[in-house]
Amino acid sequence: MFGVEVSQLFFYLLSFIIIVSAIYVVSLRNIFHCALFLVLCLFSVAGIYILLEAEFLAAVQVLIYVGAVSILMIFAIMLTSRLANKKIMQSNDNVTVAIFVCAGFLLTSLGSFGYTVWKVVDSPLPENNTLTIGKLLMTDYVLPFEVVSIVLLAAMIGAIVLARREKI
Amino acid sequence: MAQYAAVLIFLLVGIGIVLFTFFMSRLIRPSNPYKAKNQSYECAEQPIGDSWIRFNNRFYIFALIFVVFDVEAVFLFPWAVAFGHLGLFALIEMMIFIMILLFGLFYAWKKGVLKWV
Repeated sequence: MFGVEVSQLFFYLLSFIIIVSAIYVVSLRNIFHCALFLVLCLFSVAGIYILLEAEFLAAVQVLIYVGAVSILMIFAIMLTSRLANKKIMQSNDNVTVAIFVCAGFLLTSLGSFGYTVWKVVDSPLPENNTLTIGKLLMTDYVLPFEVVSIVLLAAMIGAIVLARREKI
Repeated sequence: MAQYAAVLIFLLVGIGIVLFTFFMSRLIRPSNPYKAKNQSYECAEQPIGDSWIRFNNRFYIFALIFVVFDVEAVFLFPWAVAFGHLGLFALIEMMIFIMILLFGLFYAWKKGVLKWV
């Protein structure tokens, strides 16, 4: 087990990487580099999840966000026709609007965090939380679990229909 | 959480090897760039155009389908870990889950999305 000090050191280190890479995501000129820094940012968030002993969530973060969503973004950049003549530079023309929107989002989330009563578990977390999640998913939450597959199916068919631009 | 020390070591060694190789090759190699050398590598052919080309749109549908099945894989992990404690009912549940998603793959197949033209 890491000591509390070591955990805190890693927390600050990861937070630093997250903040710096997030700033790079919105400020670099080359949009492809922005996407790569987004990968770094999401990967560091997975590190935070591990520090919080949410190992399954960390694996999901790496698998879905680092693995799949970032691939999708990089594909979207590579498929953009304007890239061919390298004109696709990120510009921050709407920075004033962005500051207001972000400030609004920050205030809303800070407010809701403040009002939420956080449940704190007294007992220590289960040693193997993937096992616990698996058990609950197959017993208590089996209906939501099956509904998820319908949602995924809808997402997939929707994506195919939209990507093919066909009349339904 | 202590076993993640190994992950950290792997990460550091992985980054370290890359940095070390770049540093060493910079140290050792002669620096003599010229136009023909800076061309992108094209298997003994003269390259046509830039390497930053626009890729075929069809890649995107494959990426979208990949994301959906990636999310499905996420649900397979806790199921596989807990399977020893659950028995036949869990197997049937997962089969239903996969069957519904396979329908999506079947849809993509029938719509000709998977065909490479």
